[in-house]
Amino acid sequence: MSPILQLTDVSKKYRTATTALTVLDAVSLAIAEGTTVAIVGPSGSGKTTLLGLCAGLDQATSGTITLNGILLNEQNEDQLAGIRNAHVGFIFQNFQLLPTLTALENVMVPMELNGNRQARAHAMELLDKVGLAERMHHYPSQLSGGEQQRVSLARAFSNRPKILFADEPTGNLDNETSKKVVKLLFDLNTEAGTTLVLVTHDLELAAKTQQIIRIKGGRINHDGA
Amino acid sequence: MNGASWLLKMAWRDSRRNRSRLFLFMASIVLGIAALTAIYSLGFNLNNQIDEQAASLLGADMEWVGNKPFEASERALADSVAAATSEEMSFGSMVYFPATGGSRLVQIRALKGDFPYYGTLETLPAAASADFRTGKKALVDQNLLLQYRAGVGDSIKVGEVTFEIAGSLIDAPGQTGIVAAVAPVVYIPLSYLEATGLEQKGSRINYRLLLRMPDPSGVDTFIKNHKERLETAEVTIRTVEDQKDSTGRLFRNLTVFLGLAGFVALLLGCVGVASAVHIYVKEKVNTIAILRCLGVRAKEAFLIFLIQIICIGFTGSLIGALAGSFLQRFLPVLLADFLPFALDPVISVPAIAQGILLGVIISVLFSLISFISIRNISPLHVFRISFEDSPVDKDPLRWLIYSLICVFILVFAFWQLQDWSTAFAFSAGIMGAFLLLVGVARGITWLIRRFFPVHWGYLARQGLANLFRPNNQTVILVVAIGLGTMLICTLLLSRDMLLNQIQVSTSEDRPNMVLFDVQEEQLQALSQLITDRNLPLLQSVPIVNTRLEKMNSLDAAAVRKDSTRRRLQGMFRREYRVTYRDTLSTTEKITKGSWVGQFTNGLVPVSVEAGFADRNRIDLGDTLQFNVQGSLVMASVASLREVDWRGMQTNFVIVFPKGILEEAPQFHVLLTRMPTLDQSADFQQEVVTHYPNVSIVDLSLVFNIVDKITDKVGFVIRFLAGFSMLTGLIVLITSVLISKYQRIRESILLRTLGAVRKQILFITGWEYFFLGAIASLTGIGLAVTASWGLARFSFETDFQPDLLPVTFVFAAITAITVVIGLINSSGILSQSPLEILRQES
Repeated sequence: MSPILQLTDVSKKYRTATTALTVLDAVSLAIAEGTTVAIVGPSGSGKTTLLGLCAGLDQATSGTITLNGILLNEQNEDQLAGIRNAHVGFIFQNFQLLPTLTALENVMVPMELNGNRQARAHAMELLDKVGLAERMHHYPSQLSGGEQQRVSLARAFSNRPKILFADEPTGNLDNETSKKVVKLLFDLNTEAGTTLVLVTHDLELAAKTQQIIRIKGGRINHDGA
Repeated sequence: MNGASWLLKMAWRDSRRNRSRLFLFMASIVLGIAALTAIYSLGFNLNNQIDEQAASLLGADMEWVGNKPFEASERALADSVAAATSEEMSFGSMVYFPATGGSRLVQIRALKGDFPYYGTLETLPAAASADFRTGKKALVDQNLLLQYRAGVGDSIKVGEVTFEIAGSLIDAPGQTGIVAAVAPVVYIPLSYLEATGLEQKGSRINYRLLLRMPDPSGVDTFIKNHKERLETAEVTIRTVEDQKDSTGRLFRNLTVFLGLAGFVALLLGCVGVASAVHIYVKEKVNTIAILRCLGVRAKEAFLIFLIQIICIGFTGSLIGALAGSFLQRFLPVLLADFLPFALDPVISVPAIAQGILLGVIISVLFSLISFISIRNISPLHVFRISFEDSPVDKDPLRWLIYSLICVFILVFAFWQLQDWSTAFAFSAGIMGAFLLLVGVARGITWLIRRFFPVHWGYLARQGLANLFRPNNQTVILVVAIGLGTMLICTLLLSRDMLLNQIQVSTSEDRPNMVLFDVQEEQLQALSQLITDRNLPLLQSVPIVNTRLEKMNSLDAAAVRKDSTRRRLQGMFRREYRVTYRDTLSTTEKITKGSWVGQFTNGLVPVSVEAGFADRNRIDLGDTLQFNVQGSLVMASVASLREVDWRGMQTNFVIVFPKGILEEAPQFHVLLTRMPTLDQSADFQQEVVTHYPNVSIVDLSLVFNIVDKITDKVGFVIRFLAGFSMLTGLIVLITSVLISKYQRIRESILLRTLGAVRKQILFITGWEYFFLGAIASLTGIGLAVTASWGLARFSFETDFQPDLLPVTFVFAAITAITVVIGLINSSGILSQSPLEILRQES
């Protein structure tokens, strides 16, 4: 299977007023289309930075990143935004729903950005699928944590992305709710045939994926199934 | 790029949960726009009214004015072209009310004919405007009647003649309330003027011929044919168009002044908007980052929020403009004393449109300062704050926005003032004031931080620390409240200074009463009357009326013909009241040349006031030929003098030495000092009774007039300063409400840690006490500095501010700030921490 995501010698350095901090150091990896991958590692190891770079949220200091055949390094910020909208879905630890939009509108946004005229109907369908048909007109502040994450899942799949990035998707949820959300995430992923990249501390969750990437001190430690 | 409809939809959706806060931004500009729309509407209405009422402002188609009686040939000319003529002679004189024994200096208008031909002499009873012309009757200013408790049917003595009061004069063509207050008018029939005995040598009489033309459009042709002839005869012609122009110019100046003052309130509101938007954008960082993650481009994210602010700016401006249109109904009442006609306010669509356009442009400009940072918000914010967030200060676009704001202020000022140098001065002044306030606020914040009182109790310490903590509102509030306080206090202090100066200038041994128009034959007796009453005769000054005929090689006749020499025409046209003496007075100082007090032979060595010499380019050694009532006197400029014109004493532009004018026709001015008001009234009554041609100005009259003028002008300024203050308060409320969202977390933590309501209220109370106190003290400090500058450089007097009203202003503003702070913060305290935490999430 051809890789949907390929990183070659990717480094990321942040400059502060006095020092330069290397967060990722010559990272290379490849993720095959349709697979599920977990990136695990201790706090501060560079997991989230790696996720941000893979998703086209940031530019690498050096090295190349190819997503779905597109070299991200050559894209400007507006082009990256278009790529994110067309190919990428996100799930965040703290849900990151737009607080001023209802659940339905939150799910509609990526599709509306894409000019999808069926956005409303498709969003309602997705919310129904995640069990929130009755709550679609509620604002995020009126939903529980589990409900917010389910809205986030519906939003992530709304544009039928090629690849889905999830940053600690259960980090803010209790055990019971976590299990439900994880099941939903994997079910939806299987159904859509999307590539799933998870960043997590939770080794139990990581074990559900086909591939685990371990990262420590900005370097990939082990790459294997 | 997504379509405009999606951007509009997103702007709308995002605004739903923020409407109350967006309304707060809007509130800051509503008052400024309301003030400006009201003032623009006033301007439009004034222009329309002036156009409609121009003829009734003059009362005739044409007015000829001179300061000597008209020649028979001029009268014949008037009779030949006019369908009707009226004649008026006006001058200042004392009047006496026999019933109450009161006397006062007024403006006598002796009238013959049916003037006014347009408009009316508004009287009570209405018939009095015609009735007074038929006998020994007078029309007396309504306020004068009230003041001296006289009424219709009572008597008023003008010179030697006692007139029956036929009616109370309410309004006359072109007359304003303020003029009527300073120089109340008494109309008498011209046929009785001679009998009054007031037409004496030295009396400053204005002569007017008022013409109604058979066809008003013939005025231009008449002027073309006869202007030169009449100007040669020193007759000035004024037409309805002239009246329209001069009235229009006067009110344009008034509306420009008011407009600029309103603009200051708007700018203040915009500073509030900028501050609120700054916090709004900070809170929106996460939303913007999520949108960016979902594929929204930077420009689109920027546009979503720009659309919001344009809509808010438009709504705020619309509300402001509508409020202004309502408010303008009251402006004519406020300005009633300055208007020569009753103003009927109508809603002006152009004024509303101007107000809205101005509001939208300026609110967008000030919002852009913070909005441009939206372009740089990275989607990485969804994970955490990026290490490499570039400070907004370094964004070059930010400086472009600042420059655009400066240019906008300058262009606005130019649009109002139509003069680049004044527009620059206004813009520099307003920006300087803002920068100064910002500098002071930052300096104070730095000082508090640097010398933080660590030994204070926790509550006060926490309140004080809030002034420099992140998201503090110190600078914005010091600017907003400080500017309003500064305007009000400067006004208070300057007014006091002006009134104090009048009192001080006549204190101790200085004169407090001036007797004008004392004729040669009355001098001895009046001087005796003063000394008989044990009053000091402080000065007896002879005055001779002269005209300038020649200056070096320039002669009056040639200059009069040359229309390019307007300045010189004025110099040759005016009448000079000169004196002669052998010493300098205490108010004079030679700045150039040397003082010569005694004429011996040759050219007469005169001394010229330095300012007058400078304006007319007169220098030492220049020769001046004076016409002293028929006799030509050749003089040479021997010295230039600096004159202190303040206070009650006689001062002159030109002073002759002794030994040349003693035999010329002259009159005198006597200066004395009245120890009490009763003695003053008694003395005035006796002078008016025995010497009716003598006019008296006493300190109490001057004091009353200055008090009236400063009160009326001050009322208008206070009204506008009030707008700035109210805007400052709205900015305060906005800032407090917005910072409330910032403070929620801290209050929750404090309450979770066990702080009781009272303690949190105390912390908040201390914080707003410090804010109010610093802001008002800064404003007061700047006002005191400005007033000191006025005292030192403009009034040239000692500066002793009255601290009582200033202390009141300080206490009031501080108290209002604390109350607003506490009321707005109380919402947090009445809810449980859990409830707020849920809302916040």
